[in-house]
Amino acid sequence: MRELKILAVVVALTLITYWGVEPFAHSQMHPHVDAPNYDFAQADKMITAENVEKAKVALENAKKSDDKKAIKSATADLTNAENFEKDTNAFWATTKEAVSDKGNVANGEVLVTSNCTACHSIESKGFPKVMDDASAAAAYGVVPPDLGTAGKLYTKEYLAGFVMNPARASKVTHKFVDGRVHPMPGYDWMQPQEIADMVAYLQSIAPKTMTDKEVFNNACQRCHSIKYGDMKGGTMQAYTPDKDIKTYMGKIPPDLSQYIKSRGHEYIHELVNDPQKHLEGTAMPRVGLTLESEKQVVGYLEEVGDSKKAQREELGPKFLIYLAIFAIFAWLWKSKQWREMH
Amino acid sequence: MAKFEKANSVGEWLDQRLNLTAFNKVMMTEYWIPKDINFLWAMGVLLATTFSILIISGIFLMMYYKPDINLAFDSVNYTIMQEVAYGWLFRHMHGVAASVVFLIIYIHMFTGIYYGSYKQGREMIWISGMLLFMTFSAAGFSGYMLPWGQMSYWAAMVITNLFGGIPFIGDALVVWIRGDFNVADATLTRFFMLHVFLLPVVIMGIIALHFYTLRVPHVNNQDSEELDFDAEAEKYLSGNKKESKVIPFWPVFISKDLAVMGIFLIFYFYLVFFHYDFAMDPVNFDPANNMVTPTHIYPEWYFLWSYEVLRGFFFNVGPLKAFDIGLMAFGFANVIFLLLPFLDRDPKILPAHKRPKFFIWFWILMIDLIVLTVFGKLPPTGTNAYIGFAAALSFILIFLALPIVSKSDAKKRGDV
Repeated sequence: MRELKILAVVVALTLITYWGVEPFAHSQMHPHVDAPNYDFAQADKMITAENVEKAKVALENAKKSDDKKAIKSATADLTNAENFEKDTNAFWATTKEAVSDKGNVANGEVLVTSNCTACHSIESKGFPKVMDDASAAAAYGVVPPDLGTAGKLYTKEYLAGFVMNPARASKVTHKFVDGRVHPMPGYDWMQPQEIADMVAYLQSIAPKTMTDKEVFNNACQRCHSIKYGDMKGGTMQAYTPDKDIKTYMGKIPPDLSQYIKSRGHEYIHELVNDPQKHLEGTAMPRVGLTLESEKQVVGYLEEVGDSKKAQREELGPKFLIYLAIFAIFAWLWKSKQWREMH
Repeated sequence: MAKFEKANSVGEWLDQRLNLTAFNKVMMTEYWIPKDINFLWAMGVLLATTFSILIISGIFLMMYYKPDINLAFDSVNYTIMQEVAYGWLFRHMHGVAASVVFLIIYIHMFTGIYYGSYKQGREMIWISGMLLFMTFSAAGFSGYMLPWGQMSYWAAMVITNLFGGIPFIGDALVVWIRGDFNVADATLTRFFMLHVFLLPVVIMGIIALHFYTLRVPHVNNQDSEELDFDAEAEKYLSGNKKESKVIPFWPVFISKDLAVMGIFLIFYFYLVFFHYDFAMDPVNFDPANNMVTPTHIYPEWYFLWSYEVLRGFFFNVGPLKAFDIGLMAFGFANVIFLLLPFLDRDPKILPAHKRPKFFIWFWILMIDLIVLTVFGKLPPTGTNAYIGFAAALSFILIFLALPIVSKSDAKKRGDV
């Protein structure tokens, strides 16, 4: 009985310490962010409204402190937040029509091939790359994606939004200021019907299924390497050369080989869905993946970064069963030995 | 030379030359342990087991690990974890054992404090044990650096920087320890040597010393009762096992150890297979980058309490800089446990529940250590900084109070 009491004390102290240095510390160091939302118009509406609220609170506090400089900068922040909210909502409002219109695939084909293939390849439809990756990166800053899979990877709303205004849809307007422009021009001068046609065409040529790796190749690999994906062959290098991507993004995007371990499933989902939530001001665009594609990306990261997971989970229970048997025999032997002692 | 006769068996042949029968008696079957013990006395054997796991898994890891800053990260996270058959198992066993070994050390240590096992004749047991703790800490730290992850790198940066606080020779000492002006390849290579050779050898030596120190004063027991081991052993050997207050190490004591070990191994392998990440900081899965500081730098959980003592003093006092005060407090924290036998002024050995004031002292120490550990991980800003400061200051006061507390208990009992 006494030993059980001692055990309870030891276990309780261990668990309190564990709770303090793991879940509790984690909650303090990593602020909670809203769950991923794939309705990007609605997500942006919520976040920009939240930011306006935050800026208002900050202004109130600045006013209380009576510091003129602080009030001035807080007022400017609030104006920026309000303008950003207005622009963002206006942008998604203009995409509405294009999204609700029923697209004409044949017309979309004409529009896409005449407008997009100057820079983008569509290998599956006989439009090869205009130049090799290094030259394309040198020309545009980053290698342009092949459009054959866009209709599958991205949500319809995002595709329409991106065609109309790439920087706004991918939430990187802060990167393209002072005369810098997104390498892809916006097509917001087109009729909503034309945008709808192009989206319909892209969706019609997209493959029905893609492997996790293919999704990664298309959605991430233009910027990110994942060395462990093909350690010896080296084929999982980012398509854009380091030098160019560094100029374009400000730094070399991290190799994703161990991201499943360093960041974990939840964080990656939140980050891919909206990079700004965790890394405010980051140059990484919101890629616009559907929930399904995003899961495939995480699946690929796990396949590469934690390739022995299945083996571990298979072997674990066997080990534990063996040890349980060992423990039972050890206790029986102990009882036998100590019976003579008392 | 002794006279050797023709042996009738291999056992006899060896016995003539190595005196195995006598050796066995001294080490095992007639090495006497008090009967009045609980499972906390099994921690020594658990530590020996965990240390063996570390050595064996470490040997396997060493076959593939590359102590070179360009190769280290990939050799651990790719070669060992993904290419080598069951490399992941050895790495997880090693990583989890490295953390669990400290949990058991702490339980072992506080058991000793609670039951007064460091006192009156058992000082050398305590001191050799604390030396083991220090060497294990050095081994843990040097090993943590080897995967060359982001936290490894910055932990090495912070810890080696501490030596810069030593007067006069500080700056030169830091360069000497690192082997470079920065934490770099030279640092990694020498830490590799320390971790896989020098420190394990020193640990094995001190383990032998620690075992030897037990032989003369013998192991303490739950009631801290002073036993006449020879008389009790006599009783046991004459068949009066029930009345004897001692038991032989083999097979009686070890049978209980193995039973406890059975439970421990279930817990340990559960962690290895299903929760290995409890012992591995996610930040360390980013390769070291000397251009980017992690948002928060903190050591592994088992160093957090002394880390918090180090950074708890965050303000300058007169001419003393915060860094120097912290460093002094850190030095204090790291040697004060060693001096415990001399700070305790109670002439009697008694468990804490029979020393009323010491009992309170003990639990305040435990609470303070847990507070230090938790706040050692949290960012030291706002209220956290003040709680950390209060806990760090309390830690010092707790030890300064020990001579008074222990003497007062003895006075009340009429022993002084």
